[in-house]
Amino acid sequence: MQKRVVFRHRWLPYLLLAPQIAVTLIFFIWPAYQALETSFFLEDVFGFNRTFVWFENFTALFSDGSYLRSFWTTLIFGLSVTLLSMSTALALAVAANRVLRGKMSYRTFLIWPYAVAPALAGVLWFFMMNPSLGIVAYMLESTFGVDWNHYVNGRQALLMVIVAAAWKQISYNFLFFLAGLQSMPKSLIEAAAIDGASPARRFWTICFPLLSPTTFFLLVVNLVYAFFDTFAIIHATTSGGPADATAILVYKVYSTGFVGQDYGSSAAQSVILMALVIAMTVVQFRFVERKVQY
Amino acid sequence: MVENRPLATVTTHVVLILGIVFLCFPVWVALVASTHPGEALARSPIPLWFGTQAVENYTQLLTAGVPAAGGVPLATMMFNSLIMALGITLGKIAISLLSAFAIVYFRFPLRMLFFWLIFITLMLPVEVRILPTYDVIASLGMLNSYFGLIIPLIASATATFLFRQFFLTIPDELVEAARMDRAGPIRFFWDILLPLSRTNIAALFIILFIYGWNQYLWPLLITTDQDLYTIVMGIQRMVNVGEGIPIWHYTMGTAILAMIPPVLVVLAMQRLFVKGLVESEK
Repeated sequence: MQKRVVFRHRWLPYLLLAPQIAVTLIFFIWPAYQALETSFFLEDVFGFNRTFVWFENFTALFSDGSYLRSFWTTLIFGLSVTLLSMSTALALAVAANRVLRGKMSYRTFLIWPYAVAPALAGVLWFFMMNPSLGIVAYMLESTFGVDWNHYVNGRQALLMVIVAAAWKQISYNFLFFLAGLQSMPKSLIEAAAIDGASPARRFWTICFPLLSPTTFFLLVVNLVYAFFDTFAIIHATTSGGPADATAILVYKVYSTGFVGQDYGSSAAQSVILMALVIAMTVVQFRFVERKVQY
Repeated sequence: MVENRPLATVTTHVVLILGIVFLCFPVWVALVASTHPGEALARSPIPLWFGTQAVENYTQLLTAGVPAAGGVPLATMMFNSLIMALGITLGKIAISLLSAFAIVYFRFPLRMLFFWLIFITLMLPVEVRILPTYDVIASLGMLNSYFGLIIPLIASATATFLFRQFFLTIPDELVEAARMDRAGPIRFFWDILLPLSRTNIAALFIILFIYGWNQYLWPLLITTDQDLYTIVMGIQRMVNVGEGIPIWHYTMGTAILAMIPPVLVVLAMQRLFVKGLVESEK
């Protein structure tokens, strides 16, 4: 899409673009290139020598059991967070779209967690599930007899970060689902009601299919959120533990590079993640283009 | 609602209230915990109603910090967070307005190259290229400075994209009229485009402020100097103090203080916030 009427100037547009391009080149393109380059080298521990090793860093990763496990962890984590936060948000949005009284105050109470930092969401749930004094851990113990200790039990630790990450994301999904529901043509729903369709049937045969663009958009956004933005939740609470049970891929990049000081491997992991992000963004862009057409 | 079904209405309200309880409960627990002395939180079950130490705890936090976790006053951390959030927000808005203006209102060689260069940044979150970015900052001597905290984060494809979309909806007649009146591009930008973009800028301001305030990994890498800690990353040191020292009341107080500014912004400017969120993601 282009403007018909434009200004003519020899150097002004370059001047206007300069700050953005400078920051992009220095802090985005250059580091990305560096990651790509480093991923093909093997560096000695002191950082004096490095040898070109082709794809050795990559093949080493894919034959490394802990990295492959991290893939699984990330997948389970991402899908659980997405499913949990989207289904809860959809239920809340449908309810909020239905009420007549107190609409605004309900919405107010449902959207504020968007502003809570992921790190803080992690810390809040970390406190609530603390094995010795957390309120949720206490309730689980006294009501269901569950022995909650995420310091030693990897599954429980993973469940904790999933709940914390999903909790933070509900508001976001809620707002988009609500916007989608409100833009739906009322006449369709009224027509179905006249034909005697029950509310549940109306939802599954009309609203849910019509929401599919929103749902698909949120699916991609939530997966990106779960894969990358949840670093803070994990770093601030479990630090990937116990025994790597919550070490998702972004956490691995950090721990391999900064803690393990293995730059080549960390860079190779960065490159893999970049490829993943780019793939997801392309999917999203294609979808956006399609949405624009109708 | 199409028909009147009392049972469905009751269910609706129950679902909403349950949702609100689920969302608010963790913060309630944190708020309550921050008003108790440390010993009250040493055994289970912890109290669910306010204690009497609120003033003492928060005074201690704001003026002296938590000794076991470095003892940086939270007032300092909050000030740093504020500087960082505002710097990122204003920086992003300024440079994206300029670049969107250049891309929409000018024709020049390499225009599409620049366009794509900016949009590639959409794809690369800081988290995936931590190490090399850190190296760049280190070699530029920007570690432990506000510049290091702010500048690398102000390139934003999202904001540029939003302004571009908005500029494209502005009628061409305005440009024609401006040119007929002999207004140059700068004049047009300043007197016409900027006033028209006011609502969009405000909406974006809210989203970006939250984004900036909530940064975690970046300040964690860039700052080793305690005086530059931001509150969201500072809390991590308190969590890691360990089980031995009972400082949960301080940790929770910090969590509350850290979430107050962004939550207030959302609540106070709800309409603009929703607009900003829904539009900046399209």
